[in-house]
Amino acid sequence: MDAMAAIKQTFFQECEEQLGELEIGLLVLQDGDTDPETVNAVFRAVHSIKGGAGAFNLDELVHFAHVFENVLDHLRAGRLAASGDVLKTMLRAADMLADLVRAARDGTAADTGRRDTLAAELRALDPEAAGKDLDSGHQDSHGDDLDGPVFEAVPISFDDMEIESTPDEHQFIIHFTPKPDLYAKANETALLMRELCSLGEAVITCDFSRLPVLEELDPEGSYLSWTIELRTVQDENAVRAVFEFVEWDCELDVAQVGAAQGLDDMALGALIEKMQAAVEAELAAPEVPPNDVQASMDEPLAAQAGSAGQALGNPPGGKPDAGKSSQATIRVDLDRVDRLINLVGELVINQAMLTQRMLEAGLARASGVATGLDELEQLTREIQDSVMAIRAQPVKSVFQRMPRLVREVAVMTGKSVRLTTAGENTEVDKTVIERLADPLTHMIRNAIDHGLETPELRAAAGKPEEGLVHLSALHRSGRIVIEVADDGAGIDRPRVKAIAAEKGLIAAEAPLSDEEIDNLIFLPGFSTASTVSDISGRGVGMDVVRRSIQALGGRISIRSRPRQGSTFTMSLPLTLAVLDGMVVTVAGETLVVPLTAIIETLQPKADAVHGFGGNSRVIAIRDQFIPLIDVGHELDYRSGFADPCKSVALLVESEGHVRSALLVDAILGQRQVVIKSLETNYQHVPGIAAATILGDGRVALILDVDAVVAGSRVAATGFEQLCAAG
Amino acid sequence: MSKIVLTVDDSRTMREMLMLALSNAGYRVVQAEDGMHGLEVLKDARPDVIITDINMPRMDGFGFIEGVRGDDLHRAVPILVLTTESDAMKKDRARRAGATGWIVKPFDPIKLVEAIRRVAA
Amino acid sequence: MTETASNPDQRPTDLARACELIAFRMGTREFCVDIMSVREIRGWTKATALPKSPSFVRGVVNLRGTVLPIVDLSARLGFPAAEPTARHVIIVAQIGAQTIGLLVDAVSDILTVTDDLVHPTPDVASDMAKTFVRGVLAVDQRMISLIALDQVLPVCEQDAA
Repeated sequence: MDAMAAIKQTFFQECEEQLGELEIGLLVLQDGDTDPETVNAVFRAVHSIKGGAGAFNLDELVHFAHVFENVLDHLRAGRLAASGDVLKTMLRAADMLADLVRAARDGTAADTGRRDTLAAELRALDPEAAGKDLDSGHQDSHGDDLDGPVFEAVPISFDDMEIESTPDEHQFIIHFTPKPDLYAKANETALLMRELCSLGEAVITCDFSRLPVLEELDPEGSYLSWTIELRTVQDENAVRAVFEFVEWDCELDVAQVGAAQGLDDMALGALIEKMQAAVEAELAAPEVPPNDVQASMDEPLAAQAGSAGQALGNPPGGKPDAGKSSQATIRVDLDRVDRLINLVGELVINQAMLTQRMLEAGLARASGVATGLDELEQLTREIQDSVMAIRAQPVKSVFQRMPRLVREVAVMTGKSVRLTTAGENTEVDKTVIERLADPLTHMIRNAIDHGLETPELRAAAGKPEEGLVHLSALHRSGRIVIEVADDGAGIDRPRVKAIAAEKGLIAAEAPLSDEEIDNLIFLPGFSTASTVSDISGRGVGMDVVRRSIQALGGRISIRSRPRQGSTFTMSLPLTLAVLDGMVVTVAGETLVVPLTAIIETLQPKADAVHGFGGNSRVIAIRDQFIPLIDVGHELDYRSGFADPCKSVALLVESEGHVRSALLVDAILGQRQVVIKSLETNYQHVPGIAAATILGDGRVALILDVDAVVAGSRVAATGFEQLCAAG
Repeated sequence: MSKIVLTVDDSRTMREMLMLALSNAGYRVVQAEDGMHGLEVLKDARPDVIITDINMPRMDGFGFIEGVRGDDLHRAVPILVLTTESDAMKKDRARRAGATGWIVKPFDPIKLVEAIRRVAA
Repeated sequence: MTETASNPDQRPTDLARACELIAFRMGTREFCVDIMSVREIRGWTKATALPKSPSFVRGVVNLRGTVLPIVDLSARLGFPAAEPTARHVIIVAQIGAQTIGLLVDAVSDILTVTDDLVHPTPDVASDMAKTFVRGVLAVDQRMISLIALDQVLPVCEQDAA
């Protein structure tokens, strides 16, 4: 059953696509779209899921999809209006359907209570409804009692003729007169006769009497009629089932004869002969002679194989959807792309090594070799960009998960929320996409839980009861910028400040700017929710969001306007495969500091550096005292401290917009480096984000700026107050 | 020479299931993703039987059947309609459009082949 | 890698239970690992030190684009740390999904042995040795300790704690 297992996998993949379409469709309808094709697409999605689920006996799924489908059918037929409430229920039903699909896929149990509640809610929407059985409309199609045994050969040989018919045997006299329509629909009487014969013994008589002379014969007319005497163990239903497809296009009379009537072999033989003649005459009837059909079949097959292959090979979601340009696509195994990206990474490193060797060999910058190397570097960069583009994906896949989250959080918080999105086709490397969902989820939860007011408060403030959350993505200077904006109350600055002071995060009288106050919410351990709700609780605050974004080489900030709402902006690198870094030396080791963390570099002057208790030092930069962190000491490269005046300070910004100065020995230059994980073959190293390979072929470590800053703070927690107060 | 079946269905799952059931029964299968695609495929293919879904994007099964019946080359090809709905209205509409017969989903491979044999030798 | 040579005096072995081992020296002692886990043997190159790592982790080197951690096996087993020179070698070994380099003095032999030649680690051995040594072999009056590679990375220590 390997093949079926593979198809089942396809089914679940397809379900995901259909669930996506279902949700998008419902959301579009919620926005007031009235395009019948949208309703149809929504219906089709549920319908398809139900169809496939039926094939795999996923009964739970079938039942729920069926209830859902019924309601959607009413919507489609206009018997049910697409009101806000109806769509809300449907959206929740879509979530439930998604859960059931995943439960079926993963073999886990779905929340049956919720399922039943939603099924009941759906049924309540059914205008004709009330008390209709879950399965109605489905059961007739399952009237399976006729099947299976019906088509098992019943061995009754002619020798058995003398033996009185079995108690179950019936005899039927069937009169059958096809109408021209029957032939127009490509039904064939010969095949019907053959099938009747398969039910038992049939005596078939063909009435040619109405056949006109050849000149008057309409090739599409119908002139024959048939009488069949059938002895069979089957009942009348089985006999009528043979004519299932043609019953509208013929005159049919099936009469059961009381007793089985014997037939002698002679008569039977003659009748069979007669029947065969008739059948052959029928079969010879089509305009195209059979030979031609055969001959013409082989040659077009190559072309067919092509189109069949195309149909199969289309990527998921690559259906010829309206609105999407039908660019040619191919499906490539992700491993292959990853391998290619790694190889190009090696190429970049090798190219850098070559350049370094050239410089070491003393070749002039203007020499032919140098020019060639410059061109090689240019090409390498272009190849790298192109290869990275292969793995780029639209953020849509992550954005698509958010409407459901919004609905759930809205229900939990008792708030009314509307989510709008923009720029969901903005592309970013797959490595980033995968790690985008968590911070985004937190940001959206936060926006609803803390940003938006309750409907009552909103009404009181003269705002619409429904709060707005806007999620957008765009490219800006080689990075992706994602914003989560709400039209809530904005940050309650006096309260935030009070909490921060109460928790000892700032000095009570610290004179902070509005922006500084807003950014206090990113401090570790800060949470403004007066009740620890199910959503933003669990100790996960914006500090965690910030840290996970910074771990990706990103930044997050907030803009807030009282009574008008807040906007969180995060910017991330387009890939986690390469990084722009500053190459520095510390105690003989070469390190790479991510450029995104660095604000500026400076040469400390002796009079700017001040001791601050113990080994702590600060540096005065434009009237601010910034803690000085000796990277060499922090990483245990040396036990003593470097002389700041013989070092270089990198002014960096980390958690909570706190600035620090990292002391390094020297700056070697800026370079794009290929990120190599240390965890692959080893484990996480404190203070180190990853590794890379430099032009000299040696491994260099990439500094985890936040971790180094946080590590230095463990010893000296007083800096923040000083910093804020400064 | 095995017979050729054209399957027209927007669901990949259904196309694969049909492919499996039909190839196991010795048929050769040509696939299309919707009615429009089905008519395109018919420019090259000469199927002995067509199996089509009803509810599809771009062009539904009814439109497709009418298209096939209006094409001199294929008007005599038996068309079986795949439908989860067993309700008479759907069947009637498919029938009026020119369908030869129907198969109720979820189909059983044996019934599928029975249905094909019922309309094509 | 001129030291690498097969043993010509090999006894005929029961093929079904035979396995090949790579033997190497550290100081005056001899050890071996299953050849199946050895990917390659290469010369020593200076490693990039990893901060806040155990002393037996010498750092990481570039193995054709892979960042390879180097474990000083001598230090790992509780003997004096190696002072690597150009003559030292790195045995690149596969442990589960990870690839690591073992810094040793020199590779001495490839042995084909059967299971019954592997004796339990003697009780006199230190606890450290017992953790990493799966058993001992007596070959030509030499005692060779069979290293259990899965214990070598520090991760295991932390997990066990």
